[in-house]
Amino acid sequence: MTVEAASVRVVQPVRALKRSQRSPLASVGLHGALVVASLIAVFPVFWVLVTSFKPDAKAVETTPKLVNDSSLDNYGRILAGEKGDFLAWFGNSVLIALMTTVLAVFLSATTGYAASRFRFPGKRSLMLSFLVVQMFPFAVLIVPLYNILLALGLQGTSLGLVLVYCTTAVPFCTYMLKGYFDTIPTDIDEAGRVDGLSPFGVFWRLVLPLARPGLAVTSFYAFLTAWGEVAFASAFLSAADESKTLAVGLQVFVQQNRTEWGHLAAASILVAIPAIVVFYLVQKFLVTGLSSGAVKG
Amino acid sequence: MRRFLDRHWYAYAMVLPVVVVIAVLVLFPLAQGVFFTFTDINEGNIANPILDRPATYVSVGLDNYLNVLSGDASYGAFWSTLVRTLIWTFGCVFFHYTIGLGLALLLNRQVRGRAVYRVLLILPWAVPAFISAFAWKYMFNAQYGIINQFLRFLGLDDPPVWLGQSDWALVAVMIVNTWLGVPFMMVALLGGLQSIPGDLYEAAEVDGATPWQRFRNVTLPGLRSVSSTVVLLGIIWTFNMFAIIYLITGPNPNTRILVTYAFERFFSGASRDFAVASTYGVLILSVLLVFAGVYRRALRKQGEVW
Repeated sequence: MTVEAASVRVVQPVRALKRSQRSPLASVGLHGALVVASLIAVFPVFWVLVTSFKPDAKAVETTPKLVNDSSLDNYGRILAGEKGDFLAWFGNSVLIALMTTVLAVFLSATTGYAASRFRFPGKRSLMLSFLVVQMFPFAVLIVPLYNILLALGLQGTSLGLVLVYCTTAVPFCTYMLKGYFDTIPTDIDEAGRVDGLSPFGVFWRLVLPLARPGLAVTSFYAFLTAWGEVAFASAFLSAADESKTLAVGLQVFVQQNRTEWGHLAAASILVAIPAIVVFYLVQKFLVTGLSSGAVKG
Repeated sequence: MRRFLDRHWYAYAMVLPVVVVIAVLVLFPLAQGVFFTFTDINEGNIANPILDRPATYVSVGLDNYLNVLSGDASYGAFWSTLVRTLIWTFGCVFFHYTIGLGLALLLNRQVRGRAVYRVLLILPWAVPAFISAFAWKYMFNAQYGIINQFLRFLGLDDPPVWLGQSDWALVAVMIVNTWLGVPFMMVALLGGLQSIPGDLYEAAEVDGATPWQRFRNVTLPGLRSVSSTVVLLGIIWTFNMFAIIYLITGPNPNTRILVTYAFERFFSGASRDFAVASTYGVLILSVLLVFAGVYRRALRKQGEVW
């Protein structure tokens, strides 16, 4: 009895404390943990940025300095194409990623909608198959896809790579979009039907415009998957310098006999900045999209 | 039959494009991939229209499986590679989840500058993985890498050669992959935390629950459905994670996992042995399917329908 009374008395101040302010010590601990974690998260990127201004020879010195003959020379040489056709790689990456995104989102939007709204035989197994496809290691598909691309004459081309990326992008986009469509109230569909729209009309005129944030997040996801993919790009693109993507082209800098860290870092920054900017533009939606879509399924 | 089609035709029409894509780009290649595991296909005997050469590979029965499963070193030492893959997968996912959960719990509090912390903490996710791989490869360098310089500064005169022929290389790539994967878990779990009704915590407090009890009995059950999905996805992704190991340590046998070895066989080897690469692919898929089945059953037992 006395124990209970004591705990009740203790509870009051604890609750008040949580609302207004916790003890200074707890605050220090909380901020300390977050600062350390943030430093670890940011440092590698910061260090690449620092390195990108150093000449290759200074980047491998054993005494770390923030500034060491730093200049913009690395960036100039990368953009001028002295270290491989950087702009062509960049163009290829953008093109391949964009085509993958458009194709995957276009294909998966209708399926995501159907899976979200209609009950039809085979729906469960369809959704399950999307999950199973996530499990496919590229290793099981790489040989047959190589074989198919050879037969179609697409081996070594961007279009072939786009088709290959759709194997992973389409199931994943469908899954995410289904989750997003689930959050749009079905009343809207019913109202549309009452007003005489066909099921396609409802989808096209009502649901798709409402689903724009979901489409944006899914597009972004598909884009990033293709943008950073290494294995298929390394294996399927022709060896010609101008047909490489960034992920393949940048490997040139880290070959065993010559590792041009300064140049690699500069190229990395040029690649990472657009990705980071876009990422932060959509990250608000990303959190909601993830928790409502991919996560809850 | 007619009524059936009348009722469902638009659903099927909408599903059709994706079904076709999956059938053509996933199921057909899968069937062909399984078929290749029973042949001796390689770069020299695959059909090549450009060279106007028909396929000349022949069936070898179960030889590929027998060779691989014997654990022979010339076929990638399957069993020890599998063990290394499991260490890599569960190690990485364990740290992803625990660190991600910890940070999500911190960010879920009323803390000044929360938005700034969140933006900084998501950064590893925003950077393309191959860029991160290069960055870490530079930082892990034994002589001039910043990590060893820091360790020497701390007084460790003989810091490890991270990316050499030792198990330190595996530790290094696991650190990188942990750094890379935490933000996803953190964001997903933060979403899960925010969906737990605040009343539950207040009720628990009124009942005199300690913070630990609140965590055990309110937070963890509330995160159950999110956790089960992201952990499964995390395991699958990590099991198949290729880019980090390939770009940081290349063909180093100390960091070899099943997927990287399959790629080595497909791409880097002198003979480009497609048959063994396919065999590895099928074995990887089997391991994952068995695992997913067990996982699902375990969830079912706890009353979770997934």
